[in-house]
Amino acid sequence: MKTARFSFLLGLSLLLMALLVPQPIQAQTIQDILQEHEEIIAKGSRRTIQPAIDALRDSGLPEAQRVMELWQDKALWQRKDDKQFFLTEPLEGRTLQLIDLISGQPVGTAEKSDLKQIKPNSGVRGLIGAALVQFQLMDPDPLTRRDSLIAIQRDPKPTHLPALRGAIDGETDPDLKALKERLERLLTITYGETDAKRITAIESFAGDLGVDARAALNPILTTTRVAVTEASDVNIARQLTPGQNDFTADDAYALLIAENLAYPAISNDEKRLALVANVVDGQVAGFAVETLNTYEARDQAYSALAAEGLVPADVTRAAQQKALQRHEFYDVYNEPSQSVTDAARGTLQAIETRVGLNQTADLALDGLSLASIYFLAAIGLAITFGVMGVINMAHGEFIMMGAYTGYVVQLFIPDYTLSIIAALPLAFAITFAAGVAMERTVIRWLYHRPLETLLATFGISIALQQLAKNIFGTQARPLTAPGWLDGAWVINDVVSISYIRIAIFVLALIFFALLLFILKRTRLGLEVRAVTQNPKMAASMGINTDKINMLTFGLGSGIAGIAGVAIGLFAQVTANLGSGYIVQSFMTVVVGGVGNIWGTLAGATMIGSLQKIIEFFNPSNTLAAQTYMVIFIIIFIQFRPRGIIALRGRAAGD
Amino acid sequence: MQRSFIARNPSVLIFLGILAVFTLGATILSEGFGIGLISTSMIKTLGKTLCLCLIAIAMDLVWGYCGILSLGHFAFFGLGGYMIGMWLMYARTENIILTSLAQAPIPPTDDEIRSAIGNQIFGVVGGSDFPLIWAFADSLTIQLVLVVLVPGLLALVFGWLAFRSRVTGVYLSILTQAMTLALSLYLFQNDSGLRGNNGLSGLQNIPGAKGVPQSIISIWFLWASAIALALGYILAAWMMSGKFGSVIRGIRDDEARVRFLGYSVETYKLVIFTVTAIIAAIAGALYYPQAGIINPAEIAPIASIYLAVWVAIGGRGRIYGAVIGAALVSLLSTWFTGGQAPSIPLGFYTIHWVDWWQVLLGVTFVLVTLFAPQGIGGAIDRLVRKGTQL
Repeated sequence: MKTARFSFLLGLSLLLMALLVPQPIQAQTIQDILQEHEEIIAKGSRRTIQPAIDALRDSGLPEAQRVMELWQDKALWQRKDDKQFFLTEPLEGRTLQLIDLISGQPVGTAEKSDLKQIKPNSGVRGLIGAALVQFQLMDPDPLTRRDSLIAIQRDPKPTHLPALRGAIDGETDPDLKALKERLERLLTITYGETDAKRITAIESFAGDLGVDARAALNPILTTTRVAVTEASDVNIARQLTPGQNDFTADDAYALLIAENLAYPAISNDEKRLALVANVVDGQVAGFAVETLNTYEARDQAYSALAAEGLVPADVTRAAQQKALQRHEFYDVYNEPSQSVTDAARGTLQAIETRVGLNQTADLALDGLSLASIYFLAAIGLAITFGVMGVINMAHGEFIMMGAYTGYVVQLFIPDYTLSIIAALPLAFAITFAAGVAMERTVIRWLYHRPLETLLATFGISIALQQLAKNIFGTQARPLTAPGWLDGAWVINDVVSISYIRIAIFVLALIFFALLLFILKRTRLGLEVRAVTQNPKMAASMGINTDKINMLTFGLGSGIAGIAGVAIGLFAQVTANLGSGYIVQSFMTVVVGGVGNIWGTLAGATMIGSLQKIIEFFNPSNTLAAQTYMVIFIIIFIQFRPRGIIALRGRAAGD
Repeated sequence: MQRSFIARNPSVLIFLGILAVFTLGATILSEGFGIGLISTSMIKTLGKTLCLCLIAIAMDLVWGYCGILSLGHFAFFGLGGYMIGMWLMYARTENIILTSLAQAPIPPTDDEIRSAIGNQIFGVVGGSDFPLIWAFADSLTIQLVLVVLVPGLLALVFGWLAFRSRVTGVYLSILTQAMTLALSLYLFQNDSGLRGNNGLSGLQNIPGAKGVPQSIISIWFLWASAIALALGYILAAWMMSGKFGSVIRGIRDDEARVRFLGYSVETYKLVIFTVTAIIAAIAGALYYPQAGIINPAEIAPIASIYLAVWVAIGGRGRIYGAVIGAALVSLLSTWFTGGQAPSIPLGFYTIHWVDWWQVLLGVTFVLVTLFAPQGIGGAIDRLVRKGTQL
C-alpha cells in the first residue's frame, strides 16, 4: 500500500520534472549536474558547496561515486572557456590530454593555461568524504557495506550520521539492516541533533549488553574537576568538599594551582634546594647548617630567607586553607545537557545490573570449567587414595606422561583430530601400565606404611620429572587442539566459554559417569568397594585383593593420563606440568571426602568455583587468590576433617 | 642426672667430639684463619650444611619420634631467614644511605633518611613506603626475638587448629604442605611487603662488620652454626631421653592408646611441633646470612619434602641419623648438581650428573624406603650392636 503510493508520487514528480526540464531526465549526465553547480564547485567554499555534493550523491548515476572520489583527489580540471569538466593526463610541454569523465576516452588536448584545476580545501574534502560514506554504505557488495560500517563504528564522526540514516531504507540484508539501525542509534547518542532524539536513543539501549553501547554511553558521563568561586550554569555531577571522600585538601589546592587560582606552596624538596643554594659560611640566614635536620628548622630558615627577599615566600597551611574556603569544587559533566546525562546514568545503571547478572553466569561457567579440570586431575587420585589409602605423589607425573603421550602422538599423526582420538586411549594404556608397574614393584610392599608410600612415590615423582626433562628437554612442547575446538561459544558480549573447556567439561562428565558405572554396576566395582571397606574380610570371601589393588591403581593412573591429554590441550606441556596440579588434586580429594566419587565431584566444584570467585574479586592477583584458597581449605578442614561427603561407619575407619 | 643423660645418650659425646674436630679442622684449613686449603665458598657450604643438619634434627623429632610427617618445616626455616634478613637488609641499606647522605650540604631529616632507605629496598617492587611488618626492622634485638616468635606462633596456631580437629597421618602431611604452599604463594606477591620473588638479598654483608672480609665472616658463621647444631643436638637428645620423649614415641606408635592412658596427646604434639618449628627457624636465621639471598622459591613445598628425604635416608628416630642424612645428601647434591662430578661416558650416551642426579636420588630414595627403612642410621646401629656383642 505504502509502496504503491510512494511509486505513484515518484511517478508524478518524474512527470512534472520531465515537463519542466526541456531535456528528458534520463539524458542528464554527470557533466550536466556539474555544470548546474559549476559556480560553487569552482568557488570551492565549505559553506556553499553542499547543494553540489547533494546533487551528485542523489543523482543515482553510476559514475557519481567515482567522480566524487576524483574531485576529492583534486583530479578534476575545468576548461576555462566553456566551463566543461575533464580529467587530464600530462603530455609533453604544457599541453594536457583531456579525458572524458564518463567514457574515459581522450577527447582532445588543451594548454595548461586554458584549464583550471579544481582544488577543494580540506573542509570541502571532508564533506565529500561524508557523502562518499553513503555510497559505501549502499554499495552492492555486502562485504563493502559491512566493512564501512565497521570503519564507522571504530571512528565515528558527526557527518556519518546523515549518511547512515540515508542508507538504512535501501538496505536489503536483514543482518546489515539491524547493524545499521543499531549504529544509527549509537551515533545519535553522541551526535543527535536534539536532546530529545539523543535521550530516545540512549533509553533504547537500556539492558543492552553490548560493549559498544557502554562505550557510547560512558563518555557522556565523563566529568572534569573544576574549582570556581561561584557555581555558574554548568551540568554538575557532584559537589566536592576538600578533605572528604578521597578528595584531600592537597588535591583541592593542586586544582587551584592548576587553574591559576592560587600560588603553589614550596615543597620540602624545593625548600631544601633553596637552602642549599643560600649556604653562606656554614650558615643559612643565621641558622647553622648542622641544625637543619628537621623540617621545622628548615621552615624557619626558609622563612628567614624569604623575609630577606632571597626566595619566594612560602604559602602557609593557613593561607592554603583560606584559599580553599574561597572556592567551591565540583565534578562537572562535559556534556552540558542535564536531561541527557540523567538518561545516560539511568540507562547505564540498568545495563550494569544486567551485566552483573551475566557476569555471575559467566563466573559460574568459568568455575564449572575449572572444576571439571580439577575433577579430571583429582579423580584418579581419589580412586587410589580413597580406595587404597595410598598417597601417590607421582600422580602429577602420570598427568605429565599423558600430556607427553599426546605430544608424541601428534609427531606421528599430523591430523589433530585423529591424533587426539588416538592419544586418549594410548595415554590411558601407557599410564595404566606405569601405574600397575609401580604398584607391583613399590607400593604393594608399603600398604601398612602410608607415610612411607608418600615418600617413596615422591622419589618416583622426582625421578620421572627429571627423566622427562632429559628426554624432552626443558622447553614447553606444543599439544595442539584440533581446529574445531578453536574459538569460543559466545552467548553475548559478557558470557562466553571456549570450546576446549566445554570439551573438558564433557570429558569430565563422561568419566564421572563411567567410574560411577564401574564402581556401582560391575563385578570389579563390587570387589573394589569390598576391598575398600574391609580388605581382610574381602580376601576371606574369595576376592583376590592383590589383583583388585593392582587394577584399581592402574585405573587411577590411566585416568590421570587422560587428564594429562586434556590439560595439555590448553596448558604448556613441560616436565613440571603435573606438579602444578598435585597439591590442588590432593585438596580436591581431601575437601570432597575420601573414597567417594561424589565427594571428589563436590570438592572439585567447590574448589573450582571458589578460586574463580576469589579471582573475580581480585582479578589482578591470581597468587593472592591461590593463597586465600589454601587458607580457606585449611580452615574448612577444621570443621569437616573428613571432607564434604564423609564415609560413615566401618568404611571410615583408618 | 647429667651422668645418666650422657650414659643414656652415648651418641651425644661422640657427636660433639666429631663436630668440634670438624669445625676446628675447617677453621685451620680455611682462608680466613688458617692455611687456605678450603675456599671461603666451601666454608660457607659447610656452614650451611650444619644449619641443614639442625633443621633435619627438628624434622627427625617431629617425624621420626612423633610420627607427624610435616611437609611445612622448611616454611619455618624460611620465615626465620626472612626475619633476620629484614634486619640485615635494613641495617646495611641504612649504612649505605647514611654514608651517601653525609655528603649532602644540609643534614638529612629522619623522614628523608627513611624514604631513601625505603626507595632503595622497595624500588624493585615499585614502592618506597615501609610496610607495617618492617616496623621493627631497625632493631636487631626485636628481629632476633621475631625469628623465634613469628614461626613459633604460626606453628602454634596451625598446630592447634590441626591437632584439635584430630587431623592425622597423610591428611596432616597434605595440610602442612598446603600451609607451605600458601605461605610461599603469599610471599611471591609483590605487595607482600617482602619484595615478592626478588626476596631479600645482600644478606652476606653483615652491618657493623665493615672491612671484615667474607673469609672471616664465613668462619664466624661456621662456628655459630656449629654451636647452634651442638645445642640443638643436646636439646633433642635431652627431650627424647626423658619421660616427655617416651610419651612422644608412644604417640608415634599408638596414638589412641596414649590418649586412653590419660595423656593429652594434642598438647604433646603441639609442643613438639612448635619447638621443632622454632629450631627450624633458628637454623634458617643462621643459614640465609651465609647463603646471601632468600626468596619465596626456597619455601616451596618441594623443599620440605627434600627435608623428609634426608631424614629418611639418614634414618628416622635417631638424631645422628638425621644429621648424617642431611649432611650426606645435601653435600652430595651440591657436588652432583654443581657440575663437579665426572660424567660417565657409556659410548652411546654420556651420563651428565647434572641431568641424572635427580633420577639417582629418586631411585635411591625408593630403594631406601623399600629395603632399608631404618636408613643409614639403622646400619650404624647394627654395626654398633655387633661391636658390643663381640
